[in-house]
Amino acid sequence: MVQASPQPERIVPQTEELVVNMGPQHPSTHGVLRVILQLDGEIVRHTECEIGYLHRGVEKIGENLNYGQFVPYTDRTDYVASPSNNLGYVEAVEKLLELDVPIRAHYIRVITAELARISSHLLWLGTHALDIGAMTVFLYCFRDREKILDLFEVAYGARLTVHSFRVGGVYEDPAQQFFLDCERFVREFPRAMYDYEDLLTENRIWKARTRGVATLSAEDAIDLGASGPILRASGVAFDVRKAEPYAAYDDFDFTVPVGKNGDIYDRYLVRLEEMRQSCYIIEQAVADLPTGKTMARVPRTMKPKEGDVYHRIEGPKGELGYYLVSDGTDRPFRLRIRPPSFVNLQTLPLLLKDQLVADAVAAIGSIDIVLGEVDR
Amino acid sequence: MEWPFFIIFGLGMLISSLLVITRRNVVHAALYLLLTLFCAAALYVMLEAEFLAAIQVLIYAGAIMMLYVFVIMLINVRESMAERQWQRQKVAAGVIGALLAAEFFVILIKGIWVPSAKTAEAAKAALNAYGGNTEAFGVTLYTEFLFPFEVVSLLLLAAMIGAIVIAKREI
Amino acid sequence: MVLEVLFALIKIVIVWGTVSLLVAYMTYFERKLIGHMQVRLGPMRVGPHGLLQPIADGLKLFLKEDIIPREADKAVFILAPLFALIPAFVVYSVIPISSGFVIANLNIGLLFVVGVSSLGIFGIVMAGWASGSKYSMLGGFRSAAQMISYEIFLGFALVGPLMLAGSLNMLDIVEAQKETWFIVYQPLAFVLFFIAGLAETNRIPFDLPEAETELVAGFHTEYSGMKFAFFFLAEYANMMVVCSIAAVVFFGGYLGPGAPGAHWFILKVFIGMFFMMWLRATLPRLRYDQLMGLGWKLMFPLALANIFLTGLLMYLV
Repeated sequence: MVQASPQPERIVPQTEELVVNMGPQHPSTHGVLRVILQLDGEIVRHTECEIGYLHRGVEKIGENLNYGQFVPYTDRTDYVASPSNNLGYVEAVEKLLELDVPIRAHYIRVITAELARISSHLLWLGTHALDIGAMTVFLYCFRDREKILDLFEVAYGARLTVHSFRVGGVYEDPAQQFFLDCERFVREFPRAMYDYEDLLTENRIWKARTRGVATLSAEDAIDLGASGPILRASGVAFDVRKAEPYAAYDDFDFTVPVGKNGDIYDRYLVRLEEMRQSCYIIEQAVADLPTGKTMARVPRTMKPKEGDVYHRIEGPKGELGYYLVSDGTDRPFRLRIRPPSFVNLQTLPLLLKDQLVADAVAAIGSIDIVLGEVDR
Repeated sequence: MEWPFFIIFGLGMLISSLLVITRRNVVHAALYLLLTLFCAAALYVMLEAEFLAAIQVLIYAGAIMMLYVFVIMLINVRESMAERQWQRQKVAAGVIGALLAAEFFVILIKGIWVPSAKTAEAAKAALNAYGGNTEAFGVTLYTEFLFPFEVVSLLLLAAMIGAIVIAKREI
Repeated sequence: MVLEVLFALIKIVIVWGTVSLLVAYMTYFERKLIGHMQVRLGPMRVGPHGLLQPIADGLKLFLKEDIIPREADKAVFILAPLFALIPAFVVYSVIPISSGFVIANLNIGLLFVVGVSSLGIFGIVMAGWASGSKYSMLGGFRSAAQMISYEIFLGFALVGPLMLAGSLNMLDIVEAQKETWFIVYQPLAFVLFFIAGLAETNRIPFDLPEAETELVAGFHTEYSGMKFAFFFLAEYANMMVVCSIAAVVFFGGYLGPGAPGAHWFILKVFIGMFFMMWLRATLPRLRYDQLMGLGWKLMFPLALANIFLTGLLMYLV
């Protein structure tokens, strides 16, 4: 209110802060997420996320199954890019068992994990664009994602929750056709990416909706433990594939895209570039594919020594970690999943601080969360 | 041929204007006012003042009534509906209303200021000299009434600036 | 006398029937068009190539349960869809479909169009308020504020060609384009008119107040059944009105190379609708403050500049 001259008893109308609830059922929260926003007019002052709607007790279940039986459960945490989850878990168990996995299995794992990364980023791009209003990008992304799912089906028999890897390697050597199809896919995919770039990257409306919106500074990102594209878009060049290479990643030559401003637009650019880099990795892997076994000698009942291990990989959404505590039996004493979405979701209050409520949907989408992973 | 339409719109205007002042629900009253303005526009058309009718619909019914409706809908309707409708001033209101009605009645009966057929034709000829309703309006507004026009524009500008100043949080 | 009235009534029935059918099939056209742009087929099941889809949709909505929320103001709730739909049809009474076919050749045709379209906004406001929910009301007001603002720019954009034609009569405007269409002289006005038309009808990129993925619920959240169908149809009917006005004012209405006739008019309207649907498939949506900023900070000065320039050029040339 403009105060003209100080008047003794002038009642200035106050506006209350409005508490608005978003979800758990909402088309844009990407799952069952409840976001409670405290609004001052149009501006978000405080955000709270309520999770747990998809909690299935996966970690507790893991304590009652042996190490091999748990692998399918990892598919269902991040159900969008399930081979990544498989990879993190089986590598953690192999670390615990001190197993040496044959090199060919490592290469196949890299190919599959990178395909999963592309698939996850495509789904992210489609749903994010749909939230902001560009409906067509959604269908283009899903058209291309279909090709990846077909590849998974050829190699592993399943499209979405793939259960691609086993402890010790890959169950069956995929047919030669799989590798030929992979090669064709990575040859054709960069052309498909021109469609998305054309529609979005230089689009004035897209830029107006995403530039400078929901920025996360590098210090805040590090403080909150964010990882993955969010961290890299804020300017921190940290990628587990480069920092602690696993599964033959140090055989490949690829760059890790890093953004500048940490706004939604940068996250978009980072993920696009990651898709291109994944294509490049797959190309190299298929070209240099070593021959040999695909499965190590694994004892029928896996009883690792007592001890604990934390193994992390760079999942499509960020640092995916598995912490296993073994007590000498064939079941883990404690199995803990460090989901990237769970930790990244905690940046939401900072992202939305003093932003307009109309940007909430875009911001939530830009973090790229999967509720299966957040809630487990 | 005009009579059926005149009766419909005239009666419509009378009845809806009565409803405006007697409805308890303020939003309904506003909507009846909209209907009244419509009927007024129709009557203008029958008086061959088409431009005025269009302006009536465009500005009064379209913009000013929209403003009324916005404001009414933003206030708490339930509170206003609980107010007493027939207030204590009904005696004074009745007296003044009766006086006004008597005045109108006298004017109608005595035929004070009813345009004769001659003046009506002279007016029509003057109108056609301009080339029609809109043209007449336009030319007169920008030549004879230019100064009042500019004054009114300044007044509207002041109103707009005032509204923005009051509604904005910081300048 | 009676013959005139009868004639007018027949014309009204023809136009009203055709427009209703076209509006219903515009929904089908859009779904097919956007479907093909999105690498899919659109409706295919109901009838050959899905041609009976609008009828199936209409029947479904007709038979749906009519829910009126307890908190709603019943009379206003039921009136609102009518207020949204009917002005669109009324506007068609002054649009010249061919040189002999116009229901009412008003001297103030264009002004009538702008005036009556401004009544459509009442439907939105009433719908938002009558739903009884706080969020619906706010969503309705936002939509209404957007529509009111862009209505102004629509009107201003039309002043340019109006100056060139020298008359508000729709037939005169079409006839004034005998030599060249006004789009040649008034490209800026056309662009402004089209964008304002998109915002008037709450189409992408201006449909934030009513988008399903947004937080504040739109004004028609509480509506179901035939009333919802009316809002839906009102949107398409208003789209057709905007395209018709654009065809008449900028593209010469029923004039075309060769014999003037209704087919040219209908073709132009279809091209306009195609363009609007194409934009819906392609563009993301603007945030509300960006949308209002675009209107008042960019389009308004441009519209005024257009009027000024037109006047200047008309005086000099």
